[in-house]
Amino acid sequence: MGRKLLTEHINVEGIDTLEVYRKHGGYRSVEKALKTMTPDEVVEEVKKSGLRGRGGAGFPTGMKWSFLAKPEGVPRYLVCNADESEPGTFKDRQLMSKLPHLLIEGMITSSYALGANTSYIYIRGELLYVLRILEKAIAEAYAAGFLGKNILGSGYDLDLHVHPGGGAYICGEETALLESLEGKRGNPRNKPPFPAVQGLYARPTVVNNVESIAAVPVIVNEGGDEYAKIGVGRSTGTKLISACGHLNKPGIYEIELGLPVEEFIYSDEYCGGIWKGRDLKAVVAGGSSVPILPKELILKTAAGENRLMTYESLSDGGFVTGTMLGSGGFIAMDETTCIVRNTWNFSRFYHHESCGQCSPCREGTGWMEKVLHRLEHGHGHMEDIDLLVSVAKQIEGNTICPLGEAAAWPVAAAVRHFRHEFEWHVTHAKEAAQPGAVYRPSGVLV
Amino acid sequence: MAKITFDGIEVEVPDGTTILNAARQIGGSIVPPAMCYYTPLKGSGGKCRACLVRVAAGSAKDPRPMPKLVASCVTPVQDGMVVENTTNPQVLDVRKGIVEMLLINHPLDCPVCDQAGECDLQNFAFEHGVSTTRYQEERRTFEKIDIGPLIQLHMTRCILCYRCVFTADQIAKGDRVHGVLGRGDAAEIGTYIENIIDNDFSGNVIDVCPVGALTDKTFRFKSRVWFTKPVNAHRDCPKCSGNVVLWYKGNDVLRTTARKDQYGEVKEWICNECRFEKKETADWTIEGPAHIDRSSVISANHYELPVLNQSVVADLPESTTRDLQQNPPLKLGN
Repeated sequence: MGRKLLTEHINVEGIDTLEVYRKHGGYRSVEKALKTMTPDEVVEEVKKSGLRGRGGAGFPTGMKWSFLAKPEGVPRYLVCNADESEPGTFKDRQLMSKLPHLLIEGMITSSYALGANTSYIYIRGELLYVLRILEKAIAEAYAAGFLGKNILGSGYDLDLHVHPGGGAYICGEETALLESLEGKRGNPRNKPPFPAVQGLYARPTVVNNVESIAAVPVIVNEGGDEYAKIGVGRSTGTKLISACGHLNKPGIYEIELGLPVEEFIYSDEYCGGIWKGRDLKAVVAGGSSVPILPKELILKTAAGENRLMTYESLSDGGFVTGTMLGSGGFIAMDETTCIVRNTWNFSRFYHHESCGQCSPCREGTGWMEKVLHRLEHGHGHMEDIDLLVSVAKQIEGNTICPLGEAAAWPVAAAVRHFRHEFEWHVTHAKEAAQPGAVYRPSGVLV
Repeated sequence: MAKITFDGIEVEVPDGTTILNAARQIGGSIVPPAMCYYTPLKGSGGKCRACLVRVAAGSAKDPRPMPKLVASCVTPVQDGMVVENTTNPQVLDVRKGIVEMLLINHPLDCPVCDQAGECDLQNFAFEHGVSTTRYQEERRTFEKIDIGPLIQLHMTRCILCYRCVFTADQIAKGDRVHGVLGRGDAAEIGTYIENIIDNDFSGNVIDVCPVGALTDKTFRFKSRVWFTKPVNAHRDCPKCSGNVVLWYKGNDVLRTTARKDQYGEVKEWICNECRFEKKETADWTIEGPAHIDRSSVISANHYELPVLNQSVVADLPESTTRDLQQNPPLKLGN
C-alpha cells in the first residue's frame, strides 16, 4: 500500500470545513512557513523535494519558482491553474471539491514563498459547484486569519480570489489562462516574454497546477528531502491518477511514483483489471493528448523492462515506443475498442477547442478530424493514412502553444501503433462503417 | 547592439529588435515572409507562422540551438544568434505546410477577388506553395457582411491575421468594440467591427488586410488592380497627413489607399474622407507615379519607368530615383 500524502483524509466526514481540516493537521505548513521560515527557505525545500509540475509538462516546480523575476516594488502573482479539461483527467476536480482547504493552504504557503500578495485560482467554468465549495472555504480561511492582512501576526498579507473560466480547454494553457484572467479572449501569448517575467497584468507570475500546489504543504511539513525519498529517480513523491475506461475499478488513485503500470491496472488495490474479463488493447497514459500505446508497449518498454508510472519510464523509447505521464489521465481500452473511432473522437475535441489563432492548428485540427471522420465512416482511401501523419507533422512544433502538439500526437501515435486498423477501415470500408464495428486480427466483427 | 548571423550574413541591430526586422535590414530574398506581422500595429505577429525560422545558436552566451522553429516576427535577437531561413530545408518544408494550411479553407476565388494582383496570400503561395492540394473536404464559408456603407467583410477569404483587429484597437484608442468571435476554424472577425465605422480612420482596415477579406466598396469590381496606375498625391487634410496613392484608370480615380513600404506596411494612416470621398483629380496635388515596391503585378510591368519625364516631375520618390539609375528609361527612336 503506497503512502497517501494528499488524499489521506479525503473521505473524512466534514473535511471540507476548516474545523475538521485543522483537526487533521491542516494549515500546519502555513504556521511553519510564516513563523519559522524565510520565503527562500520554502523555495529551497520545494527544490529539494524534486516536485515536478503535475499539470502535464512535468517541469520541476522549484526551478520554475526560482525563475520568477523579482524587480523591486513590482507586485508578483501566483495563479493556480484549475482549468482541468483534458479528456481523461479529473483529479483536480476531486481534490478541490473534497479538500478545498488543502489547495488554499498550498496557495498561502506557495504565495508566501514567491512573495505574492494577491493570488488567483482560475477554475474551469463547468465546475461551478467546486467554485462555490472553494469560495466557502476561502471565507472560512479569511475568518480564521489565514488570509487577509497580517496573517498569523507574521506581517504577511495575502488575498486569494477564485475566477471561473468560460469553458474553453485552451484557457488551461498558462498564457491563455492569464489573458482570460485579465478579461480578454483566451488566446495563448507569444513567448518570450515568459510569465515568470511578464505574466498576469504584465507582472512576474507563476502558474502552477492544483496538484502541484497541494503538494507544497506536505513538502513544507515533512521537508523536501523526506518527500524526495518517495518515488524513483527524478520522479519523486506521489501522483494522482484518474483512471477511466474499461477498468473494473475506475477512479482516482494516489500512487507513489514508480508503481509498475501492470500492477496499477491489474492489482485489486488499484484498478482491478479489465472489465468483463476482456483483454487490454491500448492505454492512453496521461490524458488524451499523449501518444496511445498498445498493451505490449504500455506494460513493458521496447527493451523488455517493466514500465513504471514515472515520468522517465513512460517516456522511455521516445514517441516511437513510449508515451508520457502527462497529467495522469489514464484511459484504458479493452479489445472491443475501435482505435480509429477513438482517434476521431479525440481529434474532434481538439478541432473544437483550437483557439484559431495560428494557422497550423486552426486549419490542421479540422482537417485531421474530417479525414478521420471519413475513414471511420467508410469513405477513406489508403493515402489518407499517410496524409494524417503528414498533417500531424505539419502542426507539431509549429504552433504558438502546445495545443497543436496535443492534437497531433494522438493521431500520429494511433497510426504508428495501429496502422493495420486504419488500413482495415479502407479495405473493409462497408463493414468498418457499421456502428460498433471493430477490427479483429481474425477479421470477425464484435 | 546585437550582432547576429542570418543565413550566413552578419548584421548588427539594436537590442530588442526582432529576427524578422534584423533580416529586413539585410533585405532581399532572404527576408522571411510575413502574413500577420505589421510593424505599425503593436501586438501583431506570431499567428500565421509563415515567418518561422530555425535558430541554430541561441546566443553567444548560450549557443545551444532552439528546440523548435521560432516565429521570427516576435522573437527578439540575442547577441551571437545564428538564424537559418532559406538555407535550411526544414524551414522551407514547414513553410510549404503553412501555405497548404492557409489555403485549405481559402475559397481561391482569385479570378473575382479585388485583392488579386496585390494579395499577400497569392504571393506567398506562389513563392512557397505547391501546385496541388491534398484537401478534399468542404471548405468553410461565411455570409458576406457589410461593415457600414464603405467596407465589406468577406470572412470566407480571411486568414485570421488579426491585423484589422489591432488596427481597430489602435485607432479606437482602447475603446475596442471589434474582435474575433468563435474558436478554431469557426473563428470570425466580429461583427462588432460595425461599431468603429463612425471612426474617421476605419478605412485603414482595408489597407492592412493581406487578402481580400476587407474590401473597399467604392472600388469593388471596378477594375483588376493591374489595369490601374498608382500615382502619389497629397492634399491639405485637417485629419490625416493627406499623403496617399491614387489608383487611376484613364482619367478616373478608382480608389485611394495609404502609401505602403516595400513590405506592404502602411507608412501613414489616412482618413476616410481622403480615402472614400476625394475621387477627383482636382482634389489632389499630383506628385508623380507611385513606385510599388511590394511584389505586385504593378511593379512587374515597370510602366512608370518608360513614361516618366524626370524633368517635369519634381520630388521623385527615392525608390523611383534608385530604380531609374538601375534601369534607365528606354529611349524611343534611336
